[in-house]
Amino acid sequence: MINESGRKKAYKVFSIIVLAILAFLFLFPLYWIVTGAFKPSADIYNTKPIWWPTEWVTRNFDNLFIKRTAPLWELAVPFGRWFSAEHKDIFFSVGPVVPAAFRWLVNTVFMAVVAMLLTCLTAAMAGYALAKKRFRGRAIVFSLIVCAMALPKQVILIPLLKEVAALRMYDNLWAVIFPTVGWPFGVFLMKQFSESIPGEILEAARVDGSSELGTFTTIVLPMVKPGIGALAIFTFINSWNDYFMQLVMLPSGNNNTIALGISTLQNDTTVDMGLLMAGAALAAIPIIIVFLIFQKYFTQGITMGAVKG
Amino acid sequence: MSRALQRREDVAGYLFMLPSLIFFVGFVIIPMFICIFTSLTSSNMNDTAMFGSFVGLENFAKLFHDEVFQKGLINTFIIVLVSVPTVCAFSLWVASAIYKLNNVALSAFRCIFYLPVVTGSVAVTVVWRWMYDNYTGILNTLLSSVGLIEKNINWLGDPKTALGCIIVILFTTSVGQPIVLYVSALGNVDTTLIEAAEVDGATDMQVFWQVKWPQMMPTTLYILVITTINSFQCFALIQLLTQGGPNHATDTVMYYIYYTAFKLTEQAGHFGYANAMGVVLAIFIGLMSAVQFRLAKEK
Repeated sequence: MINESGRKKAYKVFSIIVLAILAFLFLFPLYWIVTGAFKPSADIYNTKPIWWPTEWVTRNFDNLFIKRTAPLWELAVPFGRWFSAEHKDIFFSVGPVVPAAFRWLVNTVFMAVVAMLLTCLTAAMAGYALAKKRFRGRAIVFSLIVCAMALPKQVILIPLLKEVAALRMYDNLWAVIFPTVGWPFGVFLMKQFSESIPGEILEAARVDGSSELGTFTTIVLPMVKPGIGALAIFTFINSWNDYFMQLVMLPSGNNNTIALGISTLQNDTTVDMGLLMAGAALAAIPIIIVFLIFQKYFTQGITMGAVKG
Repeated sequence: MSRALQRREDVAGYLFMLPSLIFFVGFVIIPMFICIFTSLTSSNMNDTAMFGSFVGLENFAKLFHDEVFQKGLINTFIIVLVSVPTVCAFSLWVASAIYKLNNVALSAFRCIFYLPVVTGSVAVTVVWRWMYDNYTGILNTLLSSVGLIEKNINWLGDPKTALGCIIVILFTTSVGQPIVLYVSALGNVDTTLIEAAEVDGATDMQVFWQVKWPQMMPTTLYILVITTINSFQCFALIQLLTQGGPNHATDTVMYYIYYTAFKLTEQAGHFGYANAMGVVLAIFIGLMSAVQFRLAKEK
């Protein structure tokens, strides 16, 4: 018996040690980004590992911000396409000229926030309808959604490109936002959360003469709040990081997101690792902070999206 | 249900579904049909029309003779066959080691293993690119400073190591979600069954494999499916690190689709051919998922 418990203890100690080593390995790339971003080039190109910057410098960030500039935002002239020679939108720049990296961040935040808001709104409504409304054709719609979820999202990107071009949204942030909103995972997740609303409450509201929209906003929305939180953070992070979609939909570089911007830094003939690390830090740190703040919702969302599938 | 009530349910149901359906049909269902249809045409990027001329199954026939595609298919299967079992086993072990820890430690570990996903593929890739670098990468400088290697290894430039390097990065960005799922599945296992088994004198190993494991089967199935889909779609790492090279050692189907549609010089923008590959890839993923479902059901 003592032997048995001794073995258990030994295993526990062993597993904690292994976990600690693994945690270190998983954290290391992030550590390397952050320290690398502040290292002088002598440290970066050293052939001995430099674990800690010999001197903290902001040169890499200066390079990142000074090298390229862009207007803070641009507006298309309404109907400008009809007057221009090549049937392209005419843009005029407004706002001050800022570092391009800053513009990338603005673009990325705009894209992720709009995608998040639209997804949450449409998915909350559809999820509620699928869970609680017994409309005809409901089973068909739901099985279509489940089938689409099992499909590889990236396979449809190239046909999507044709469609987006036909809709004249190509090379525009909306070309990334709308397909993100269309992805059915959100509807599925919100259906899971809406299942738990007691039917009696909805029935009581109906008897009291509450309108359908009134029932939705005053009863349903407050009850599925955790689900909306989970979906919001999930959509925000996914859309921030969806590199392939951004690469295909925003080819010209006029509407670069932060992910695209950094990848263009990499395509320069001589790769400046310090500059790359500064860019990577700029892309990763904000989203990691968002994740750490909302991680409780996030975990819940991942779990609810999987069980009972 | 009365007729009037059913009507009310229909109208309300579809009105609530409408905004979501517009996006879903417009940006998922329609492209899916375009994908299937254009795979039968000679459509390309410069076509002004939506579809090129109809060529039947020519694109699919061409796939059988395309050596790059076949190489890509083999690499894709290597990635899937290596990463899916390792990701599942690793995340199961980590989850079982951390799920009984106190809340703070549990959240900390869960976050740490999820961080590579949140960091984003581009930031993750650039730092790994540096770590793998031939001259200034930490991997080479570390290994040579402790004397394990005599000559620097060109990790990403050598066909023998390049695919392995990609799989390692893919692995670190794949285990986050399975760990979260396994932790919650382990927490939901019926405790009365575990206690009953322990009273009967079952060892920890027996409790795990006989009681907990069968109850986690749905979670395992889900993890298998999402990890398979993820591995099949491995793209960003390859596009940013090796672009299929050296000598097609890291070509995957997904990267070749992108390459055919946007990069290939002699037939640039050949959407029909790229979409044919997309259809084949979707069929493979569907088959894999079906097989996994079957296996899980039998058990």
